[in-house]
Amino acid sequence: MPKSPDLNKIIIIGSGPIIIGQAAEFDYSGTQACKAIREEGIETVLVNSNPATIMTDPDIADKVYLEPLNEEFLEKIIDRERPDGILAGFGGQTGLNLAMSLAKKGVLDKYGTRLLGVNEESIRKAEDREEFRSLMLQIGEPIPPSVIATTLEECKAFAREVGYPLIVRPAYTLGGTGGGFAQNEEELVYQCRMGMENSTIGQILLERSVAGWKEIEYEVMRDAKDNCIIICNMENFDPVGVHTGDSIVVAPSQTLRDAEYQMLRSASLKIIRELKIEGGCNIQFALDPKSSDYIVIEVNPRVSRSSALASKAAGYPIAKIAAKIALGYSLDELKNYVTQNTSACFEPTLDYCVVKFPKWPFDKFMTAARRLGTQMKATGEVMAISNNFESALLKAITSLDGKNDGLHLPSVQSLTDGELREKIGVQDDERIYALAEALRRGAAVDVLHRATGIDPWFLNCLKNITDMERRLSTEKLTPSLLYQAERMGFTDQEIKDLSGAHRAAMQDIRIYNDIFPVYKMVDTCGGEFKAKTPYYYSCFDREDECQISDRQKVLVIGSGPIRIGQGIEFDYCCVHGVWALQKAGYEAIIMNNNPETVSTDFDTSDKLYFESLHMDDVMNVIKKERPQGVIVQCGGQTSLNLAQRLAERSINILGTSYTSIDLAEDREKFSDLLHKLDIPTPEGRAVATEEEAFAAVKDLGYPLVVRPSYVIGGRAMQVVYSDEELHKYLKGAVSLSTEHPVLIDKYIQGKEVEVDAVADGSDVLIPGIMEHVERTGVHSGDSISVYPSCSLPETVKATLADYTKRIAGALHIVGLVNIQYAWDGERVYVIEVNPRASRTVPILSKVTAIPMIELAVNAMLGRKLTDMDWGTGLAENRKLYAVKVPVFSSEKLTDMDVALGPEMRSTGEVLGLDTDLEHAVYKGFAASGTRIPTKGNIYVSLRDAEKTEQAAAVLEKYAKQGFSLYGSAGTCEYLQQFGIPAGFLSEEDVLLGITDPESCGGAVETVTAGGDGCARDALAAGGAGCARETLAASNTGSAGETLAASNTGSAEKNLAASGAGSAGETLAVGGADDRKGSVAGNTGSAGKTLAAGGAVGGEGGVAGAGQTATAGTAAVPIHIVVNVPEHMNDPASTAFHIRRKATDYRVPVLTCMDTARAFLTAIKMERQPDKGRLLSVRTLTEY
Amino acid sequence: MDGLLYLEDGTVFRGRGFGYPRTSAGELVFNTSMTGYQEILTDPSYAGQIINFTYPLIGNYGITAADNESSRIHAFGMAAKNICFTPSNYRSVMTIDQWLFDMKVPGIFEIDTRALTRRIRSHGTVKCVISNQGLSPSEARDFCDQAVLRNDHMKRAGVRQRVRIGGTGRRVAVLDFGVKQNILRSLEKRNCDVYLFPYGSSADELMSVDPDGLFLTNGPGDPQEAAEAVAEVKKLMGRLPMFGICMGHQVLALAAGGKTFKMAYGHRGGNHGVYDKETGRSCITSQNHGYVVSAQSVILSGMEITHFNLNDGTVEGMRHNTWPIFSVQYHPEASPGPNDSDHLFDRFMDLMDRFSPNLRPAAAGGINTVKGGGHHA
Repeated sequence: MPKSPDLNKIIIIGSGPIIIGQAAEFDYSGTQACKAIREEGIETVLVNSNPATIMTDPDIADKVYLEPLNEEFLEKIIDRERPDGILAGFGGQTGLNLAMSLAKKGVLDKYGTRLLGVNEESIRKAEDREEFRSLMLQIGEPIPPSVIATTLEECKAFAREVGYPLIVRPAYTLGGTGGGFAQNEEELVYQCRMGMENSTIGQILLERSVAGWKEIEYEVMRDAKDNCIIICNMENFDPVGVHTGDSIVVAPSQTLRDAEYQMLRSASLKIIRELKIEGGCNIQFALDPKSSDYIVIEVNPRVSRSSALASKAAGYPIAKIAAKIALGYSLDELKNYVTQNTSACFEPTLDYCVVKFPKWPFDKFMTAARRLGTQMKATGEVMAISNNFESALLKAITSLDGKNDGLHLPSVQSLTDGELREKIGVQDDERIYALAEALRRGAAVDVLHRATGIDPWFLNCLKNITDMERRLSTEKLTPSLLYQAERMGFTDQEIKDLSGAHRAAMQDIRIYNDIFPVYKMVDTCGGEFKAKTPYYYSCFDREDECQISDRQKVLVIGSGPIRIGQGIEFDYCCVHGVWALQKAGYEAIIMNNNPETVSTDFDTSDKLYFESLHMDDVMNVIKKERPQGVIVQCGGQTSLNLAQRLAERSINILGTSYTSIDLAEDREKFSDLLHKLDIPTPEGRAVATEEEAFAAVKDLGYPLVVRPSYVIGGRAMQVVYSDEELHKYLKGAVSLSTEHPVLIDKYIQGKEVEVDAVADGSDVLIPGIMEHVERTGVHSGDSISVYPSCSLPETVKATLADYTKRIAGALHIVGLVNIQYAWDGERVYVIEVNPRASRTVPILSKVTAIPMIELAVNAMLGRKLTDMDWGTGLAENRKLYAVKVPVFSSEKLTDMDVALGPEMRSTGEVLGLDTDLEHAVYKGFAASGTRIPTKGNIYVSLRDAEKTEQAAAVLEKYAKQGFSLYGSAGTCEYLQQFGIPAGFLSEEDVLLGITDPESCGGAVETVTAGGDGCARDALAAGGAGCARETLAASNTGSAGETLAASNTGSAEKNLAASGAGSAGETLAVGGADDRKGSVAGNTGSAGKTLAAGGAVGGEGGVAGAGQTATAGTAAVPIHIVVNVPEHMNDPASTAFHIRRKATDYRVPVLTCMDTARAFLTAIKMERQPDKGRLLSVRTLTEY
Repeated sequence: MDGLLYLEDGTVFRGRGFGYPRTSAGELVFNTSMTGYQEILTDPSYAGQIINFTYPLIGNYGITAADNESSRIHAFGMAAKNICFTPSNYRSVMTIDQWLFDMKVPGIFEIDTRALTRRIRSHGTVKCVISNQGLSPSEARDFCDQAVLRNDHMKRAGVRQRVRIGGTGRRVAVLDFGVKQNILRSLEKRNCDVYLFPYGSSADELMSVDPDGLFLTNGPGDPQEAAEAVAEVKKLMGRLPMFGICMGHQVLALAAGGKTFKMAYGHRGGNHGVYDKETGRSCITSQNHGYVVSAQSVILSGMEITHFNLNDGTVEGMRHNTWPIFSVQYHPEASPGPNDSDHLFDRFMDLMDRFSPNLRPAAAGGINTVKGGGHHA
């Protein structure tokens, strides 16, 4: 049936900031959904707080609300817009959860709107473990023995019954947060607690592990007529046990017979039909490699990361079709958008092999455990296509950052045989390299199979690669050998390194024997029908089917996988680059390898090359297309890093030339240039040895900023304050810069300002200046920043504009430039110049409405700013405030420090927009998901350098707002010096006091307490009508379990209890009836707090009072942690644990006094009695 | 071992050879299934054809004892992008290379299978020579010129004499044009008492076992070559329920007085969407046919089109307006391919229950009363 006639306006909910487990794929799917709906003539209203996305572009939806994604704001928007329907299935778990809770609260009914595509019942059936389990049993689909548990006792009993290993999965989470494996009771207790804490309903599923089985996924679609199709199936390289987001995945499955493929396909259809999902869904299976037994692992009742991958792998636009289905269309009424003349009701067939490889952030988080499990850790992924598995795998590896040449990792190659064996036994991000190394050392495939459970088919493919390596290093490089190696995906560099052949000699063989890749089309149908969408991959084969047009064309190099420091914003820039080229009449060609993005969507560019961004691959595309020029400015550092080698090959880089790029990035040359321009920059040196470094210290003095040259996202950058630290840094970090020296700069303490500009060689246009809230030393990506700058004097702004113009002129910038400045109150210093697009370009483009990328592209194409409509110089401020707040995925990386520093750690960002600055700040924090407590206790611990009058002034304001301050010994003393009352808390007590203070608004109904002591160590707090009811458990480690439970009623009464370590178990229960159980309010508490189990009457515990509570076993619930740590992060320190634990319990952790000051603004707003009335929502264009 | 594929128009694809050293001529077709190479190669409907697999990795899970659709490979040869010599599956008993050798079938790989597919797509199926015996293109050309391709393989692809396959339920006479095992398994699963009849069996012979229904199987070749079968089936139309699949469907169309014609390059794969007019829904089907029934011709012969292909609108299924006869062009027995249409066998069971000639006319309600689609419950 065609689309429902009663749909005239639809709200689409986005997924918010990029976090691990919810990345760019939802920009891609949301954008497709918007386009699919809009083309039906339906008014499309988009809500998303993430400004770096394409979907929040004013061109994608009719109305865009860049407003916080929470119930409060969404209800305002619904009230304002009165949509006929809401599409929530395209905003990941965030969108789905939000829609569900709005539905549950009756908001949708109130405004007469309904959920499209998904319904509450299907979501519940798919996501609630118990309902899912009973449904599977009912329809006869196999599931592993499992139990739904809310207490540890249930978990232990189950373990006794079915044995280990067990898997713990929390209900209602994203990216597997809080899930894990348990091999024994100790691990079980730990994992179950984590799981219960992370589940929004305190519920976990515990099941017998099928570790070692094959993990297979099916992407399924269904329409309202019950037509069902499979888009793609995928097989994980790693057997069950690693989160699929952290697995190397191949599509389609490689080791399944047709009978097995069809068995799981039929099961998938049965399940989606039973769940009555209208749209897309992902079903995961485990298949026994030794029989045809299988089990259903889980179902995602919405588009997901896997569906983005499946879309790109198969060429089938799942999100687009799912959106059409949500409108009421059936599959057989829709066409295949790739072929444009066949039906959408078919199953794509692949005539190639696709490999997805995750991109992990371990290079940024040295302290984070590399071990992989059921909790996803990857920030992004790459996809590679080829006509054999080996080359798809090698292409994926070279795609990761464009630098890997093959299946090598020096750190793995240097391991002893014993260490290697050990490494192979552990599932971590480097295991595949270890496997290859073991094969090189002669290990047998079946031995490796037994050690890892990885299917021998995959291991044999790795062996084919290592065998080829051996051939290359032992045999003469004949044309046939070169061809075979190329066909297997070896890079030129790798062949050269292994064979010792000269590049020129290799090139001769190539040219003489015509050994170049050909391009094949991704067409959904294996070549059966003619396809119209030009979507290509390279392989070594006979026929090249890529038609080269005679139009003027430009190649845009993409940004590769999402990683920390290079996120979705660069994809935004690439996509806009493509659009601008098209608008200017050029054929726009894009080259990228990230399956999650809009840039690799089939209808974004005129031509898409789904390729590694390795130099070889880029040159092959250039050789094929012969574009007029290449744009490297849009794809971030990844594409910019290609500039040198492109320039060496005489490729026309559009815009800023390589010489200028080099000038900007070579600190020494650049500092000379600034010197000539008489523009201050922190004095610095480039040093190659330790001696040189200490010599430099003599001239510069501490503190210093140290970093390797050529960096992405402040990698390995640090502020050092002493010889000792510098020594430590150089020992650890120097290996990072073999090609380039280490840079040592004077650290300027002051305000950091970011300027993005478009330049045409003579003029510049500065759309806006963004001012950082945090002072210098905090990475710009992790800083809260504000547009327009609100505290800089006009003279400083004029200086900034002047410097920007002069620098752009001196560097001959044509296109974009991003300059970071520091203002120490007197002088403006240039910290860094990036001759490319930046993280702030999408934000500024949106808030100022100046199409920065379009202007930049036009400048690159030779047009002058004076010929465009946007003027030159510093643009006038718009009448709005935009506050960018970074978002960290610290819940996923459970052993990462959360303190701000020069190393970037955030994975995404949100924007708070309003005409009032304070409101904008509030919206920024609210959108970032930070809890905003309005009263309670703050624990403050400042490093000595931070114990200033200004800091005291900020903290005093907290006290005036009614917060009680507690501090470490030194900080207490400091606060009291300034007359601010503060209680002392030992670090141990702080750890105990950090529990879950969230107030959920609804009535808390029941609390069940464990009985008698030793056997019980869990307490469940269940709450009806409460979005989040959490149990907090802390473990002091010494004498048994200590438990703290927090229970919150409507009136924000918090209860906290701590166990006296020696007594073994201590239980605390909040009174259920009067909700006044035990109050550790703003007076703090001293002495023992003890609450009796099962206190029905409500007088649960006793709180000691006292302004300056001192030692003992007091448990003061901590609501905010202000902790400005010593510059060096030490994972072994208690301070680290305090920050970490606070983060785990979603207690705001403010690690910079500037952040603390800004947060105060949010608190004030939150406290406003008429907050709801004061805060308004507006579309982007209405501001 | 060098491999060579010579196309009638002179195009040469070079690759490496595997399987049995041999030179064969056949009709070049492509199949787009991603799994099921063993089922495809043993499907008798491929007799006389050389199969180009569009999926580039063939042989990954080896050859098993469970997946044959007949006792041997009927295809005359195969071409692939990559052949796996180290397969992995718990059921695998040998490599595809060894199997082809044992079955005396030539294979070539490391050729540009997509280019080949695109060629067939634009020029249609083509006569070709496959060789892994080091033939030169000119020798291949001579071989090709001399080779005469038959298109009456259905006459020899099935059983040579009547065979009874046990069962105690409904008695089904199966006219065998080269039946796939899974059709028989589908009937056996429903406890049918199956009699397989060789090509050339007369109407009387077919009726001699007192069948409750007649099943017409899939099979290779041009349906118009099956004139004898068409004539015999025509005699039986209206006398007992009939169900035809693929060749069987085409033979029914011809018997009813309709026409068939050759498609440019056929449908071979497991991913075609087919619309079922009676349910208003679509399903994904397994297909393998180079000929198709002309819609107009069968409509004029008293048939109603029940299914059509969502991509090209060709006839995928029909039923008789008067008699309990229905048929599909695609393969509800799957193997390989999706199992979405298995229920069609149940429909056949239902038809036999209601219209078997062995039932007393009173109980059956008379065979002429089915008009209006009453039997499609």
